Amino acid sequence: MIMNPTVIALATISIIVAIGSFIGLYAGTRRKMDLEQWIVGDRGFGVLLVWLLMAGEVYTTFSFLGASGWAYSKGGPVLYILAYQPLMYVVSFFILPQVWEVGRKYRLQTQADFFQVRYSNKYLSAFVALVGIVFIVPYLQLQLTGLGMIVEVASYGVIPRTPAMILAFMIVAAFVLTSGIRGIAWVSVLKDLLLLFSAVFVGIAIPYIYFGGIGKMFAALIHAKPAHLTLPGATANLGHAWYISTVVLVALGFYMWPQFFGASFSAKSSDTLRRNAVIMPFYSITMPLMFFVGLAATLVLPGLSNGDLALLTIVRKTFPAWFLGVIGGAGALTAMVPAGVMILTAATLFAKNMCRSILFPSMTDQQVARLAKISVLAITIAALCAAIFSSTTLVSLLLVGYGGVGQFFPGVVLGLYSKRVSMPGVFAGMATGLCIFISLMVTKHDPVMGLNAGFIALCCNFAVVGLVSVLGPGNHPGFDESLPAN
Amino acid sequence: MRKPSMGAVLFALIPFTAICFSVTLWDRIDPIVLGLPFNFFWLITWLLLTPLCMWGAYRLESARASDAHHPGGE
Repeated sequence: MIMNPTVIALATISIIVAIGSFIGLYAGTRRKMDLEQWIVGDRGFGVLLVWLLMAGEVYTTFSFLGASGWAYSKGGPVLYILAYQPLMYVVSFFILPQVWEVGRKYRLQTQADFFQVRYSNKYLSAFVALVGIVFIVPYLQLQLTGLGMIVEVASYGVIPRTPAMILAFMIVAAFVLTSGIRGIAWVSVLKDLLLLFSAVFVGIAIPYIYFGGIGKMFAALIHAKPAHLTLPGATANLGHAWYISTVVLVALGFYMWPQFFGASFSAKSSDTLRRNAVIMPFYSITMPLMFFVGLAATLVLPGLSNGDLALLTIVRKTFPAWFLGVIGGAGALTAMVPAGVMILTAATLFAKNMCRSILFPSMTDQQVARLAKISVLAITIAALCAAIFSSTTLVSLLLVGYGGVGQFFPGVVLGLYSKRVSMPGVFAGMATGLCIFISLMVTKHDPVMGLNAGFIALCCNFAVVGLVSVLGPGNHPGFDESLPAN
Repeated sequence: MRKPSMGAVLFALIPFTAICFSVTLWDRIDPIVLGLPFNFFWLITWLLLTPLCMWGAYRLESARASDAHHPGGE
């Protein structure tokens, strides 16, 4: 049989995915899998495992394909990624250790649990759970779309996206169900190594092969299209005001993602999280390398219909098929690891903070755990449908999510540090922020007056929280001592 | 929750100012440093300097945490 490039590339991807899934499945088999172990790994992760888990879930398909895609199609605005990543860790330094302390004291498992013990209102916490799930779906959809693209490019268009996405997500659901958060943390060892290798190799090799070096590539770009390299790049409205407002929104909003917020509960101590916040920015050094690939592609492969395909297409054009397979495999794991955490988180939010707290208060822990596992399938299917039936670029999908989950920020940060903030204030602020954000998005007013729509919504959110808390009833000065943590 | 110390917040404001608020000052191509346009060079440099600032904040906060017996308690 003749080994054609499609077979070689797809076989390499399959082998990498199979090794990854094996690690994921194996990591969980020797432990008793109750809800506590499944979602927070018995709160026993040290610096290394927390670092792996956080790097594993933070660096998603978005960093892999989306970043090079924006460098290709938009140019300068892509720099916002290089700005928000270190800054979100700066913000996490002041939030996660405190959240961890509360989490240990009340045995919290989810973000909605935090709102429950801080504001003592099950409708607020169910609302937080619902909003979290609603915005996790586009983020999951982003991972799926990325996976589909990888298989499509690697198979030279022979295998369409849809069956590839379905197969990959069956695998993710399987290792989420069997091994929970610990399995996911261990798969990210392989994923991080591969991603690091791919980024360093491709980011240096491609500029070198086509231009003779990174400096020479920039010289060629400055000669050909200098405006592409600064803000607003190839766009009309993504200027400096957009940059500042987006960076602030994303840096504040990042750890408001329920899955990142929840990952802090798996840490062994608050000091683990503080140290992590100090060292994490080093990992972002892979991001400029992704930009270099995208920028090289603007000169080498102009006119691609979808910028997100830039990295894969240039790799396919430059390297042999097996290497495309390695990059594709790294990309596939980069989609599957974070997707695993998202599914796990959304399922637990649904079972614990919506079903049990609102509909069936008499559910036992075992029943919650069982319902969570059933919801894994439901959420996977919802994201699959979203991915199959819609098409937007990866970055725009993610920016929608930040605008949404960013609205949790006032409730979390004021909940930790302020005694005057009240439950009605937080509820009203969050609802206002979300309404403003969603209506701006639906009417296509993003950016509005040069500013990120989510940022405007967040400012209004803060204003409403402040006004209602000061003028309105019902102060909640601190964490409710009388409430058992479910 | 105990509020973070003033010093730690100041340390955190350094990268925020350098990376985010001052964008109009450094978002340009010239001077080219190490082959990189100035804005790329500036942000990559701050990937390395941000951990340094936060290490300062960490020193301040962990000293405070060991002073108090109940770090982060109500």
